[in-house]
Amino acid sequence: MTNSWTDIKNTDLVVVMGGNAAEAHPCGFKWVTEAKATRGARLIVVDPRFTRTASVADYYAPIRPGSDIVFLMAMINWLIQNDKVQWDYVKNFTNAPLIVKDEYGWSDGLFTGYDPEKRDYDKSSWDYVIGEDGFAAVDMALEHPRCVWSLLKEHVSRYTPELVEEVCGTPRDRFLKIAEMIGECSAPDKTMTSMYALGWTQHSKGAQNIRGMAMLQLILGNIGVRGGGMNALRGHSNIQGLTDIGLMSNLIPGYLNIPTEKEPDWQTYMSSRSFKPLRPGQTSYWQNYPKFMVSFMKAMWGDAATAENDWAYHYLPKLDVPTYDILRMFELMNAGQVNLYFCQGFNPLLSFPNRAKVTEALSKLKLLVVMDPLETETAHFWENHGEHNDVDTASIQTEVLELPSSCFAEDDGALVNSGRWLQWHWSAATPPGQARHDTWIMAQIFLRVKKLYQEEGGVFPDPILNLTWNYADPDEPSPEELAKEMNGRALEDVYDTADPTKLLTARGKQLLNFSQYRDDGSTMGACWIYSGCWNEDGNNMARRDNADPDETGAYPNWTFSWPLNRRILYNRASADMQGRPWDPSRKLLEWDGEKWTGYDVPDIAPTAKPGDVGPFIMNQEGVSRLFTRGMMRDGPFPTHMEPFESPIANVFNPQMRGNPVARVFASDAEQFATSEEFPIAATSYRLTEHFHYWTKHNRINAALQPEFFVEISEELAAEKGIRRGGWVRVWSKRGEVKAKALVTGRLKPMQCGDKLVHVIGIPLHWGFMGAARKGFGPNSLTPFVGDANVETPEFKAFLVNIEPATGEAVS
Amino acid sequence: MNIDLSRRGFLKLAGAGVAATSLGAMGFGGAEAAEQAHVRAFKLASTTETRNTCPYCSVACGIIIYSDGDLKAGEEAKVVHIEGDADHPTNRGTLCPKGAALKDFVNAETRLTTPRIRRPGAASFEEISWEEALDKIARALKDDRDANMVLTNDDGVPVNRWTTTGYLAASATTNETAWLTYKVVRSMGIVGFDNQARV
Repeated sequence: MTNSWTDIKNTDLVVVMGGNAAEAHPCGFKWVTEAKATRGARLIVVDPRFTRTASVADYYAPIRPGSDIVFLMAMINWLIQNDKVQWDYVKNFTNAPLIVKDEYGWSDGLFTGYDPEKRDYDKSSWDYVIGEDGFAAVDMALEHPRCVWSLLKEHVSRYTPELVEEVCGTPRDRFLKIAEMIGECSAPDKTMTSMYALGWTQHSKGAQNIRGMAMLQLILGNIGVRGGGMNALRGHSNIQGLTDIGLMSNLIPGYLNIPTEKEPDWQTYMSSRSFKPLRPGQTSYWQNYPKFMVSFMKAMWGDAATAENDWAYHYLPKLDVPTYDILRMFELMNAGQVNLYFCQGFNPLLSFPNRAKVTEALSKLKLLVVMDPLETETAHFWENHGEHNDVDTASIQTEVLELPSSCFAEDDGALVNSGRWLQWHWSAATPPGQARHDTWIMAQIFLRVKKLYQEEGGVFPDPILNLTWNYADPDEPSPEELAKEMNGRALEDVYDTADPTKLLTARGKQLLNFSQYRDDGSTMGACWIYSGCWNEDGNNMARRDNADPDETGAYPNWTFSWPLNRRILYNRASADMQGRPWDPSRKLLEWDGEKWTGYDVPDIAPTAKPGDVGPFIMNQEGVSRLFTRGMMRDGPFPTHMEPFESPIANVFNPQMRGNPVARVFASDAEQFATSEEFPIAATSYRLTEHFHYWTKHNRINAALQPEFFVEISEELAAEKGIRRGGWVRVWSKRGEVKAKALVTGRLKPMQCGDKLVHVIGIPLHWGFMGAARKGFGPNSLTPFVGDANVETPEFKAFLVNIEPATGEAVS
Repeated sequence: MNIDLSRRGFLKLAGAGVAATSLGAMGFGGAEAAEQAHVRAFKLASTTETRNTCPYCSVACGIIIYSDGDLKAGEEAKVVHIEGDADHPTNRGTLCPKGAALKDFVNAETRLTTPRIRRPGAASFEEISWEEALDKIARALKDDRDANMVLTNDDGVPVNRWTTTGYLAASATTNETAWLTYKVVRSMGIVGFDNQARV
């Protein structure tokens, strides 16, 4: 989230598209209710299903799964056509005025530079014209035919209300009504917020869905303001934290990158990360990358990381492919190329697409290690549970270790909520039986491996032998010690760079925040964006002052919000070019003639004059990007792409399947279905009574929603002869599930051009372990393909078939 | 704004007060001691309160856990009740149907309590000691790493990459667990590393 849960009360209009907050984030959704009750805010829901969020909305429109980009680009087109644009914001705070190379273009659903063999673009034309002064050329009047604004206008001109009706199945009058409601928020004193979740991410073009809304919010001037923003409602309690800390194939904590083979040495790695400003006077904060990187290397390897050995650069692995993400790893596993696999609180047998392939892959491992508080399906993948897990146990040679770990009630530490708040919590109970903390388990594994290398030698032991491990109890590092490492510490006295006589932090003390990180080895700090969380003031994540001055929703002294306790990102954009709030009644920051004052920590230097420095300090341009240059693999603007399994062909290019640059493994491509074979669109979702596959271990939740079902329309039920509460068989090209039919008016067939598209909904909470009845999940059916940029699997749009099955009906 | 008087202390006071005044008012002063001996104290009065947050979705509602036993005093402690934290700015004491039933997740019958191993081809798990399990893991890691670590690519560039072992990290562990996990996994050169955010 750019903003926070409590800030939602400041909004005028909530758009829930790509999510279902009332059901999946109930207590956060209460802030929507608060905005409706006290501000007269309105709520719009756009979703294939009439969800519980829709049931309390002011306006609802259906949309065919996987067609969101058409809706969003048409919305931008309508705003431009109807002059519903926050012009001062667009001109000054976005890259609308920047001039793009003449070579860039789009036709037949593809941008310039497409190579069908490589399934990749040559992105060199997707960039700015750089002037002789070294800066990007601009036309502040937005009239140049090659400026981003002109190109955007041209790009979205194809997306009309008629196209929305044809492709999305959204009735034109509903689209237009929503357009009018959204258009009102282009006024500087009106604000809209976007609340989205996995309904947008789990597509082969998920990142472009989100970009579409981000662009819309920029055009309305809604980023950086109270009650506005792009608010990703993360699915789990600490997915935000685990991503921040870089537990992904290609990441280093704080959104730094693991090197690739194209960066054979430190100098090459750093030279591609110089982040020179593209407009005069801009901050381009990533210029500090070397400080964050060196401090990270010192946190990892301490004295073994020196200037002479390039901070132990070769201790880091170098990638030969963009990522070894989960899809690639299970592809490799299925090919017999993975021997050991660890699942720490993760249940891939139910979480990853194409369950048959996941089972086959796990069966080829030598050793699977599962650490979890609960009995997971993954740990029991080899166990035969009849139709719910019909495997040949004796033939599966994988050895499985199931290790009992503690849960939230039994450990201390911080979780990061969607609003970037690092909230410390305290342990209240003893772990059951022999269950142990994950920190103990990880330490034991590490210390044993290290001992083996000390005793036996082996291949490249250096990064293991030299890993910093100076904990009071090496067998179980404490949460306090680990949190302090993430904040960072002075290894030598740290002086002010502007005044070398001024000591900022003495050797051995905790750094104040990341402004004190250095690139000369004098500081260590594992996760720069968290710095400030535990400085010499103590554990700021444990702060519990719930005062909220002037009731802005900021709660500035409640726990710690990264970065620098900032509550709303890009907050300088809440004020105009003179530094006056766009909406005085919702002041966030204000320029008092000498400095920025207000309710939040400014994201530009506190004394940077309003006209001089742009609000988007992380970007080289100093402004936000409507046109993303070559930073995304599938285009500088979002363009409509159908799901890999779609009931209709792409209107721009009927030959194009799915996302033309998404990675597809050969065996998976063979398992993509056509709409001739499988005519029904399907989507997956959550219920409010359950959390993933955890709460089915809990009798109360198991009783609230005891049994797997699929949701189908009355029309489809009539067509197929399916009884309310009767059994159905649902199958895709990859597998099948048996379910009770929930026949409902909440789903309606959608008319897309001359085709009537049926959509069915498949909830995801059942498996074969725990207290609930055994059942199935959508991953038995879904395709093994991910988003082109981040490889998130396409769970939200795929094709199936359905028929009545035998079994006793219930009502 | 935080509650100064702990709930535990408050409840103890309130409970004692009710018993004493009502009995006294009805003229049973002499029976007071006998009566108090079998009046059951309010259950939560004897528990330890701990501030925590819900581990499910990313709203991260504040909760108060009531335990039988005080962990910080070195005692064994068991969760007996969980409720919303009224001081928390986000949820202000409310919980959803999942959060309201959290106690049964902590105390679920299917909580794991002992390390177990399933041998190749076997139809069931058997118990194994932590020592044996951890030694087995360490041996397997060392052997696989030594056999499959890629030190250089075809161009002789040091790549120090290990792809035959993979690690999936969780979605609800603490930042601190995450950082320790990061250190261990990365120092070994594992690149098949992901967390639940990927899906």
